[in-house]
Amino acid sequence: MVVAADIRSFLEEVSDPEIPVLTITDLGVVQQIYLQDQTWVVELTPTYSGCPAMQQIEEDILAKLREKGIANAKVKHILSPAWTTDWISEEGRQKLRLYGIAPPVNEPDKSALFSEPPRVSCPKCNSKDTRMVSLFGSTACKAHYQCNACQEPFDYFKCLK
Amino acid sequence: MQQSALFEYVLRMSDDSLILSQRLSEWCGHGPILEEDIALTNISLDLLGQAISLYDLAGELEGAGRNHDQLAYLRYENEYKNVLLVEQPNGDFAMTILRQFFFDAFRLPLYEALMQSPIEQLAAIAAKSVKETRYHLKHTSEWVIRMGDGTEESHRRAQDAIDHLWRYTNELFYENEIDQTLQTEGKVPSLATIHTQWLNTVSEVLNEATLQIPANNWKFDGGREGRHSEHMGYLLSDLQYMQRAYPNMEW
Repeated sequence: MVVAADIRSFLEEVSDPEIPVLTITDLGVVQQIYLQDQTWVVELTPTYSGCPAMQQIEEDILAKLREKGIANAKVKHILSPAWTTDWISEEGRQKLRLYGIAPPVNEPDKSALFSEPPRVSCPKCNSKDTRMVSLFGSTACKAHYQCNACQEPFDYFKCLK
Repeated sequence: MQQSALFEYVLRMSDDSLILSQRLSEWCGHGPILEEDIALTNISLDLLGQAISLYDLAGELEGAGRNHDQLAYLRYENEYKNVLLVEQPNGDFAMTILRQFFFDAFRLPLYEALMQSPIEQLAAIAAKSVKETRYHLKHTSEWVIRMGDGTEESHRRAQDAIDHLWRYTNELFYENEIDQTLQTEGKVPSLATIHTQWLNTVSEVLNEATLQIPANNWKFDGGREGRHSEHMGYLLSDLQYMQRAYPNMEW
């Protein structure tokens, strides 16, 4: 007999298509898992509205469950409560750092114009002497930074609250 | 009647998002600098994502079995209810940024108000989108100030963009019986309130940017009733090309 906790542990094997070192459970996008009318429902919260990875994640979830012998499953997208970067697990943050992406830090109020960009430590050399190159990076969830100490460019996973 | 008023209301929001997203996507590969190329297409993608959620809700409210693809790709020009502002051509970078700034300054307070709506799904979309819209408004506000308070040429281009686009801004606050019905039922906010908030943001940023609000009060509308400017047909022929050429295709 399969229970929801089994399904959740299977989903720990599904990685984020954009950032493959992160699993979707690290990312915090998997919400409730329950059985409804003989079908397993996996609730999924999008990170950004237009994130193209969400469809891939849905397909990967269903493929993983099929591989585990569960054919009667579906993914339900839920918007509320809205996903926040606070839901990325501590383990996920560590994995991001090792992968070369600076994890989100608490940011000042976004309504302030020309505010100082968040102080982000370089994921390569740990220096705090870094600068933001662009608020918009390679994907909607990332900003582009450069380290002044080791000169390495790197991605910063933007804080979304 | 109530459901159809709400359908129409959500459709307007969906169309605003989709058409502006389509316009911004035209910058892909043509941005003045690489970072800005990426920023404009990121904003475009956020708007497209919001449009998909809104169209899905509209489809549910309509109850005729239309999904987001059918609503986005398979309607005629006069069935689109977006404001004229969002369909206006990109022009130069100043024109694109000012168009986006006027829109963001409207969308942010609208989403903030809709988070309180008793229509659960609409409130959820608003709560999700408000976070993205904050980034957009910050980005465009800063550019307006940089350009306005920048060089002689950037100031001139920004002021030209304002002078050209101002006539389209009043339509953002256009209301008819649909709005009145929904407002009376307490489902959506009054656009007069949003207008005041919009004007505060716009005045503050333009003032900081040493730019002027035009004295000319000539205003256009029609988009909310399906009457569009000449640019809309060309935009739709691009947008709908694949679905029209290969019906029911999916990526």
